[in-house]
Amino acid sequence: MSARRPYVRSMDGWWKRDAYFISYMAREVTAVFVALYAIVLLFGVVRLSQGEAAFNGWLQYLTTPWMKVFHLIVLAVFCYHTWSWFNIMPKTMPIIFFGGKRLQPGTITGTGLVASVVACLAVLLIVRGMS
Amino acid sequence: MKRSNEPIFWSLFGAGGMLAALIGPALVFITGIAVPFGLIFKPDTMSYAHMLAFSQNWLGKIFVLAVIALFLWHAAHRIHIVLHDFGVHAVTLVRVLCYGGAFVGTVIAAYTLLKL
Repeated sequence: MSARRPYVRSMDGWWKRDAYFISYMAREVTAVFVALYAIVLLFGVVRLSQGEAAFNGWLQYLTTPWMKVFHLIVLAVFCYHTWSWFNIMPKTMPIIFFGGKRLQPGTITGTGLVASVVACLAVLLIVRGMS
Repeated sequence: MKRSNEPIFWSLFGAGGMLAALIGPALVFITGIAVPFGLIFKPDTMSYAHMLAFSQNWLGKIFVLAVIALFLWHAAHRIHIVLHDFGVHAVTLVRVLCYGGAFVGTVIAAYTLLKL
């Protein structure tokens, strides 16, 4: 008797079928860029521990055209991450009741986006103040 | 019943995602664009002396470690799930590679920062 060969539906390109799936994939794939950026920073920390010449080499590397293009893409992806993170937050966080009414999804997303604009501006101002 | 380890990984994923959403764009803009392009900030903003002083401060160490480690754990969790969605069913291998990578990155970052 031959081994059973059950039909398994192919998963190729399933996420291209529907705009919702495409937005899901776009959201999840941002993680690749988050990882790459963390790796760039990790290299910076390691080079920092190896002395001034090593660290300056890393700084110099950041100014190469490829790294500039890379960071422009990463910035765009991070902005998309911020937007999508707070866009799905009404679904990922526990339901909150406020004054007897359920906190509306739009309020959660809006508050998150405002918080991120404020946090980003704060980081920029702090770094400007420190340097 | 065996207790799931999912809450641990999900918490790290959530913390990293939140940190990235809140300050990620600003960090990328500073380290990857403004400073390398010579915009807005003083040219020595990310100089060796400044970055060393920042990373020798305890708050600085915690901040740098939090950014690197949480970004890595966030990404590891998402990539691990997205690979499953793409039809990669080698669950254990994928988990070991993703979470293992984040773990190794965290250890390197923590060790390096402690030594500074």
